[in-house]
Amino acid sequence: MAEVTRMLVVWCADWPVVAAGVPLEVPAAVFHANRVVATSPAARAEGVERHMRRRDAQARCPELVVLPHDPAGEARAFEPVVAALEAVTPRVEITHPGACAFPTRGPSRYHGGDEALAERTAAVVAEVLDGRGFVRVGVADGRFAATLAARHRSGNPAVARHPAAWRGRGREAGGSVATTVVPPGGSPAFLAPLPVRELAEPGGPAGPELVDVLERLGIRTLGDLAALPLAEVVGRFGAEGRAAHRLASGLDERPPATAPPPDDLTLAAEIDPPAERVEAAAFVARGLADELQRRLAARGSACTRLVVGAETEHGETHERVWRTEGTFTPRAIAERVRWQLDGWLHVGAHRPTGALTRLWLAPDEIVPAGGRQLAFSAGGPGAVDPVEAGERVARSLARVQGLLGAEAVRVPEWRGGRGPAERVDLVPVAATDVTEPRPAARRDHVRAPWPGLVPDPAPATVHDPPLPAEVLDAAGRPVRVDGRGEVSAPPATVAAGGQRDEVVAWAGPWPYDERWWDPGRHRRRARLQVATAGGAAHLLAVEGGRWWVEATYD
Amino acid sequence: MFDHGGVARAEGLAHDPVTGGRAAGGSPAPAPGGRTGGVGLAELAGRVRPTDLARDLRLPVLPAFEPLLPGAGLRRGTTVAVGARPGVTGATSLALALVAGASRAGSWVAAVGLGSLGLVAADELGLSLERLVLVADPGRERGGWASVVAALVDGFDVVLVAAGGRLRAADARRLVARVRERGSVLVAVGGELPGERSPLRLTVTSSAWQGLGDGWGHLRGRRVAVAVEGRGEAARGRRAELWLPGPDGAVAPVEPVAEPIPLRPRPGPAGQRSAPAAPAPPAPAEPTGEAG
Repeated sequence: MAEVTRMLVVWCADWPVVAAGVPLEVPAAVFHANRVVATSPAARAEGVERHMRRRDAQARCPELVVLPHDPAGEARAFEPVVAALEAVTPRVEITHPGACAFPTRGPSRYHGGDEALAERTAAVVAEVLDGRGFVRVGVADGRFAATLAARHRSGNPAVARHPAAWRGRGREAGGSVATTVVPPGGSPAFLAPLPVRELAEPGGPAGPELVDVLERLGIRTLGDLAALPLAEVVGRFGAEGRAAHRLASGLDERPPATAPPPDDLTLAAEIDPPAERVEAAAFVARGLADELQRRLAARGSACTRLVVGAETEHGETHERVWRTEGTFTPRAIAERVRWQLDGWLHVGAHRPTGALTRLWLAPDEIVPAGGRQLAFSAGGPGAVDPVEAGERVARSLARVQGLLGAEAVRVPEWRGGRGPAERVDLVPVAATDVTEPRPAARRDHVRAPWPGLVPDPAPATVHDPPLPAEVLDAAGRPVRVDGRGEVSAPPATVAAGGQRDEVVAWAGPWPYDERWWDPGRHRRRARLQVATAGGAAHLLAVEGGRWWVEATYD
Repeated sequence: MFDHGGVARAEGLAHDPVTGGRAAGGSPAPAPGGRTGGVGLAELAGRVRPTDLARDLRLPVLPAFEPLLPGAGLRRGTTVAVGARPGVTGATSLALALVAGASRAGSWVAAVGLGSLGLVAADELGLSLERLVLVADPGRERGGWASVVAALVDGFDVVLVAAGGRLRAADARRLVARVRERGSVLVAVGGELPGERSPLRLTVTSSAWQGLGDGWGHLRGRRVAVAVEGRGEAARGRRAELWLPGPDGAVAPVEPVAEPIPLRPRPGPAGQRSAPAAPAPPAPAEPTGEAG
């Protein structure tokens, strides 16, 4: 047990809703990418659950208040909580807005035991929240157990999740606080009856895929998982399984680092001229974060806990410890800096009096890189984190849609069809979710054979609309395609767009009998491939004696 | 620690199969054998190296383009101009194939002002349509183009933009600066951005389709000759012949002349199987001479 740090976790229930300033009695849900990410207890009572689509959530609860996901606002609202906790301990780590943690060893001794410390912590936070939200405090060996202790008061998830029980308990606990202390050495026993699904909660070590597999194998509780031999779990599930097994056994996800990170990873930047606005400082932070990333990468490390500090021209300083599940990306670091400064400059009780002159980043805990990847992706150079990339794309597309309208931005989807323009259709991106896989954009989405298809390769330029053309034979007469799919004479020249080219090779026709660009009429048409003397190749289409250049093999 | 970063980058460059191979051998065509060995090692190093460092540097390209580009990839933060000689086609396919490797590796690609892009062809050349977004018409106003491309550069690793679009030289200059800051790659399709001279330029100098006869067959493959020029690390020009695409649908280098091919005749332009009466006038032997 020596390798477990005893931790206290403060968890503000339903923080995204609380931070938005919506009373918890109002059914409200926070949405991100059209999915519920947080709900108020009243919304849960109506059957609104996390991951639900907006339409489904509103069907269950028509009066649902829809809130946008605003991590910056949540962080800003959380700053007073962290500031107040500094009266209890100097070492508060912010896990995410709404949750923070600290090791209890020192503070516990000072405040007279874990129970007293938990009560005191809860009271401090409750005072800041002033009845706006509910505070849960958990103390246990290991961060994971402490987090679960904070979430599930009695260790029984059924009770903690039930809205009626939540109301009753709230009254019994004096309105808005609840504390749970798991005795030293008691973490494994506390965790054993809890479901393995807890591992896949946000911030947990495992993805839903791992939990699904475990459940299908009949491993339903953390105790079941802990009872398996570690070697077998690692053999079957790799690093992710190892982390899950350690947590289920009441250990920390990783053995604690024996040496502090070297000083040369601490980076600081003078801001000149001093920054009055958060944006200016965040820009500097991004540069620092990129540099930190480079230095960490050069030693094959990644950062999981980070101290962010700032100083003003009057010497006021502000430091916060940020922790993340997974590792910090430069983007995530810059985001934390922005949140922290925003909170300090705008809501804190101790607002600075001057502009920011200095900013520093100090990794507090580093781990070998790659040991903690949250998402699987194709490895190798240039590999991209698909989730992060999708979110970046979604943000940038939102801006373009704001400039041009929702219809102007489109994504391809496969359809059945014979023509190059019909086989792939474009749908407005607003009708899709770019952060999710889109099977309709994969070629195997369409399987039906399409007789009459012009063989591959497909043309790289598809004229929209098709260009009217004139196709003549060697004698200068228009080329025709008869009802049996025969050409009247080999094409000798093609004219389109004011240019006439000599045809040096051709093939076809590929007759087809369906609607094309004029859905009202239904006639036989045919396609022809031609190569011109200039080295170009075109796909021609004929309908009722009229020719078009449908596409160019550009 | 700066030194470590520098060393890592220098190693990355040293593993470059082309510069490495050529610097050592001095031969104009890198020997295929030596190249394979180099790639194996570089690939291994790439896997071991934390992905973020590699991501800092270059986007991957299809293997056919690796010997053509400095560092065997598209350097982030730069613009690339892809065009064709007057009267020659193939620029669109070349641009699509150039960014296909990045798209396959997970990068998102946006296409601006390219309303007639053949999406089936994009898929065949290797782009992932799942990560392709089109803004066919970025509006009539000239400033509109610049704002749209600027917004896309923030979110996409690769932005394809029609070179003939409504961009002013001043806008183009600002975009180039923005691309440098964001670390994406801006590809001008069909020429240069107005007023710019891209550090990397790919030009189709000749193009010949095969497989089409006199009323029979169908287009099967195309041989193009590509000239790569630029400045900085791309200052020394390179030339190559590519299948764009080949008869099997893949983008591949046309086998170099220097390579000894024992026991079987070279599948030349008039490959026995596909085109005994190949479209003669743009004789496919021409580009071979140019590249050699």
